[in-house]
Amino acid sequence: MSDLHTMTLAGLREALAAGKIGAGEATAATLERIAAVEPKVRAFVTVAGERALAEARALDARGPDPARPLWGVPVAVKDVIAVKGMPTTCGSRILEHFEPCYDAFVVRRLREAGAVIVGKTNMDEFAMGSSTEKSAFGPTANPWDTTRVPGGSSGGSAAAVAAGQCFGALGTDTGGSIRQPASFCGCVGLKPTYGRVSRWGCVAYGSSLDQIGPMARTVQDTALLFQAIAGFDPQDSTCVDAALPDTPAALAACEDLAGLRIGVPREYWGQGLAPEVEAACRAALDAAAARGATLVPVELPHTPYAVAAYYIIAMAEASSNLARFDGVRYGLRDKDARELLDMYVRSRSRGFGEEVQRRIMIGTYVLSAGYYDAYYRKAAQVRRLIRQDFAEALKRCDVLCGPVSPVTAWPLGAMDADPVQMYLMDIFTISLNLAGLPGLSLPVGLGADSGLPVGLQLLGPAFGEARLLAVAGVLERALGPLPAPAGL
Amino acid sequence: MKVSPQEVARIAALARLGIDQDRLDTFAAQFNGILDYMDLLAQVDTEGVEPLYSPVDGPTRLREDKAESRHSREELLASAPETDGAHFVVPKIV
Amino acid sequence: MPVYEAVIGLEVHAQLRTESKLFCACSTRFGQEPNTNVCPVCAGMPGTLPVLNARAVEYAVMMALAVGCRVNRVNVFARKNYFYPDLPLGYQISQFDLPLAEGGSVTIDAGAGPKVVGITRIHMENDAGKSIHSQAENVSFVDLNRAGTPLIEIVSEPDMRSPEEAEAYLRALHSVVTWLGICDGNMEEGSFRCDANVSIRPVGQREFGTRTELKNMNSFRNVRRAIAYEIARQEDLLADGGAVVQQTRLFDADKGVTHAMRGKEEAHDYRYYPDPDLLPVEISETMIADLRAALPELPAARRARFESALGLPPEAVAALTADRALSDYYEAAVAAYDEPRKVANWMLSEMLRRLNDTGVGVADCALAPEGFAAIVRMVEEGAVSQKSGRDMFAALFAGGGDPEAYAREHGLAQVSDSAALEAAVDAVLAANPAEVEAYRAGKTKLMGFFVGQVMRATKGQANAKLLNEIITARLG
Repeated sequence: MSDLHTMTLAGLREALAAGKIGAGEATAATLERIAAVEPKVRAFVTVAGERALAEARALDARGPDPARPLWGVPVAVKDVIAVKGMPTTCGSRILEHFEPCYDAFVVRRLREAGAVIVGKTNMDEFAMGSSTEKSAFGPTANPWDTTRVPGGSSGGSAAAVAAGQCFGALGTDTGGSIRQPASFCGCVGLKPTYGRVSRWGCVAYGSSLDQIGPMARTVQDTALLFQAIAGFDPQDSTCVDAALPDTPAALAACEDLAGLRIGVPREYWGQGLAPEVEAACRAALDAAAARGATLVPVELPHTPYAVAAYYIIAMAEASSNLARFDGVRYGLRDKDARELLDMYVRSRSRGFGEEVQRRIMIGTYVLSAGYYDAYYRKAAQVRRLIRQDFAEALKRCDVLCGPVSPVTAWPLGAMDADPVQMYLMDIFTISLNLAGLPGLSLPVGLGADSGLPVGLQLLGPAFGEARLLAVAGVLERALGPLPAPAGL
Repeated sequence: MKVSPQEVARIAALARLGIDQDRLDTFAAQFNGILDYMDLLAQVDTEGVEPLYSPVDGPTRLREDKAESRHSREELLASAPETDGAHFVVPKIV
Repeated sequence: MPVYEAVIGLEVHAQLRTESKLFCACSTRFGQEPNTNVCPVCAGMPGTLPVLNARAVEYAVMMALAVGCRVNRVNVFARKNYFYPDLPLGYQISQFDLPLAEGGSVTIDAGAGPKVVGITRIHMENDAGKSIHSQAENVSFVDLNRAGTPLIEIVSEPDMRSPEEAEAYLRALHSVVTWLGICDGNMEEGSFRCDANVSIRPVGQREFGTRTELKNMNSFRNVRRAIAYEIARQEDLLADGGAVVQQTRLFDADKGVTHAMRGKEEAHDYRYYPDPDLLPVEISETMIADLRAALPELPAARRARFESALGLPPEAVAALTADRALSDYYEAAVAAYDEPRKVANWMLSEMLRRLNDTGVGVADCALAPEGFAAIVRMVEEGAVSQKSGRDMFAALFAGGGDPEAYAREHGLAQVSDSAALEAAVDAVLAANPAEVEAYRAGKTKLMGFFVGQVMRATKGQANAKLLNEIITARLG
């Protein structure tokens, strides 16, 4: 069973449904793989081995259930998403031992679909980062080159998927945190439309930007996971009650790209792109054209302002979202403090890492009296202009595309000195979160210089995930799969 | 420098954070670097543009007024750093 | 020495009488064991989200309409950020730039005639929990039962000029919220709370003086006392050459004074911004129209009507409009028996006495208003005696029933037929000639004897008043 992990999610689930493999067997093999590879990758904060096996055996006792589309499939969940009775740390000391008494909506959905949750994956603390180096529990390594970052903040989920430690994983994306690690680790990642997937049980970073999304090795796997978690939840006031199409079916039905207009935003293909990234992405564009797509030049003129607008909004929202971590009702409390104010300051200063503290403080500043209009309100105005840019561009095309990141995975520690340098790496992904639109990262090849995965981003109109996945599926077939990361 | 180290310390206090004195200068420099970058937005003409606070259009959903209890006090106090079994216990404000 | 006038504004928080909290399904029932009306949402646990209570919005709109405010069809919840142990999220979900309603008023009378007090705004927000500070140890105990309870905050214009006006305004607001049924109005339990902003300025000056904020006044009387004390304190301060410091002061009910809150007053920067976990609240024209149409006649209007149309004296009006249930009961009774003053007398004597004695509300009276009216009518028309009427009411209050049937079953019907009574009187007078002589000679006390005899003969059912008249007439 030692190469079970090379199966796709789709392949495994068929084998499970047909009774060729038992759920217990699949989970045990997964746990073995996790153990084998973890010393190098360190993708997990918590591996829930015993519980997962118990759940898998319970599934086996009742036999495969065709009504449960992920029956017996081992998956992992980013540690920012609440799983009852397991630590949900958000990569932070302040929640190191916190076990919620509730499941996130998406976790409930996964269980209803029959999936087995094998563990919680590592992440930048409170999703604030682009490399998973800001985790309080140490960085995760990129399975393709363990001296390099897996991307972030969903680096643990991306690495776990790429390293075969699970058949699919959930991540979250606030400014690119699913798409960028997916591209760094050579897997598929989807950020759904804002409001498509419930945020109930997802610890909030930027409430108007966050979305939970699937990450997996293939487009079809991603579609299967997406179908299980998407949908209306009355407990989330920002969740939209829109009809959910049968995404896997849409994917299967799409064979070529005839009639598809692909918008190519000028701002995403200009200077600053590493040559190897540009080459791999252009090759993908050519493949799309060869399959029948028309390429249309478009513009997203407010792109240069997106990073600034994003960080103002995200940090402002984060500063109040993280105010609840005060040592009163749960989480870390500094027991030496004899007095309330002291307790607050010590608990939060000890519990939060430096990047989190920095963002909380900037967020506090941009909301404060005298600065609100110049920063927060201004950023929100720019946000509307950015959304309008997309609306305009999407009048002339069906999907947009561009590289996910200007570079491939950088070495661990390379971006430590200047926070702004790392923020600027988000330039291609960040606008989408401001606009609330869906985006998918598809691996399109290995960089000619670094040999590391390159991801192409497909962006589309609201609630157009089915089309994005369908287009990605065609491209995936056209380009062929990436090899598995060597050395693992 | 837009924001002085003292001002940074004041903001930290507002957010119930403490920055060590010896790190304050570095932190302030980074803080200002980020704010300087954000000044880029001043270049954008936003005359007459309505701010967009959420990608979703309203209105907010309304819930029927019905009481339900799904969690016991034990569950909610289970994670409390200090409790007397009925309350969350905290150090007093002095 | 200039003559000063006081400038007073009140901020009132009223807890809305919904079943569940503003943003979660926890019960709002008062007096429960600590932390038993709490869930992950109102406890501010990670990843939880708010969903707005429909009835809270209705109640808030009703209040806005009742005091003549302009409802903002689109209004927005905003986070008010600060740290305190009874504030689980580290922010209150309130309303700032775009509140539910603006610009209403209430007419009060503090003894000098009617005066309009402006209302600046009404907004919705969630309540905080409670911190109980231990005397013995250096700890506080936090109970989150109350955290998340729906509140409306009603902010007045600084239109009041005396403690009496402030009290009158507070009572007027209290009357409206309880009348509408949207709030218990219980100041001791905290479902109706009041903070006051007080400043003084020389008469004729347009600028406001420095104001202080008064808190911890948990009764109408204490609001009046606290404001009175504070006005005097500020006057004394200025007379001594000092200056009023802007600060929050707590009222000490035992000593009757206000004192500055201990600890450094941090200037609050609440950093309000629209709550991204909620979307704007939209109030439709239909909802406003429906709620407006469903508004009951409000206390002030009803008082005016009772005085003019029903001709009731002011004390009766006040007593009959203090409580909506009692007032509605009275109206229903009058609809059944159109004698407002008579019904009013019975309400104010029999009904109120029983309610006070038993400590229940009129809602607990099982006798329907029509039945009450029937009793009054039966007594007034002489069908039963006054005493029988009172006895019937006492009997039917708890169990309900039909007074006419009751009277029949218990033989309470008075004989009011003149002819029958005259016959009975004649019979008694004929049987007692000596007493008749004595009466005519001046022993008028014998009236009682004759009445008693007729009563005996009619088994106590003679209409006493009529009886007196007939005997007096017969005896000349």
